[in-house]
Amino acid sequence: MTLQQIVDKLGATVGLGADKLDREVEHAFASDLMSDVLTLKDTPVLITGLCNVQTIRTCDMANLDVVIFVRGKHPSEDMVELADENDMVLICTPYSMFKTCGLLWELGMKPLF
Amino acid sequence: MHQEYIVVEGDFVNAGKASSSVKKTLKQLNVNPQVVKRVVVALYEAEVNAIAHAYGGKVLVDIDPDKIHMVVADKGPGIPDIAWAMEEGHSTARPEVRDMGFGAGMGLPNMQKNVDKLNVTSEVGVGTTVEMEVNFQ
Repeated sequence: MTLQQIVDKLGATVGLGADKLDREVEHAFASDLMSDVLTLKDTPVLITGLCNVQTIRTCDMANLDVVIFVRGKHPSEDMVELADENDMVLICTPYSMFKTCGLLWELGMKPLF
Repeated sequence: MHQEYIVVEGDFVNAGKASSSVKKTLKQLNVNPQVVKRVVVALYEAEVNAIAHAYGGKVLVDIDPDKIHMVVADKGPGIPDIAWAMEEGHSTARPEVRDMGFGAGMGLPNMQKNVDKLNVTSEVGVGTTVEMEVNFQ
């Protein structure tokens, strides 16, 4: 599926990377615990309710470049600046993590394990 | 190549700056991306630990043609029982650290999984030194 399909399905806004929404993605991981994110094999998409600079740093270290912020969280200017340096896409949905995961599952998003 | 970074107590905003800089350097040196990831994940966890648990410290990095050697030395309370701290799920992190997405007791185990050599020494009331090495081949 494309990132645009994800944005549409989640009634989301794009915080960064609106020019990259034609990108195809297949797998995602959902967590608020960054140490768990650091144990992953490479995957492009993180679904998280943790919205601070460490989210972006962790994604940089773990080679994730698409973050879907749930529960109506919006990244700060610092976060957007750091994410921009790393060519990331930031997507914000008002939905809960559970609903977000369910809707993406319907779209065909696959889990990592 | 030798690099040094200062880590400031409680400075979560800058946690990961050293790891990020090392990542850029290793990429420029064309080190295998999977090896780069192992290095930066381990260093990042160590950096977060020094900021979260200690009163600041230093990150010392030496990059050789075949390996990277990293030392994260903090001035802090030290670890009374290193074997306990090395076990997954064991943590003494404050709520503030957990709010940053860490503090689940996975830092030291994550370091162990990603490096070829890990040595943790600690003296209560003085500080902790984490020494790590990753081979490029």
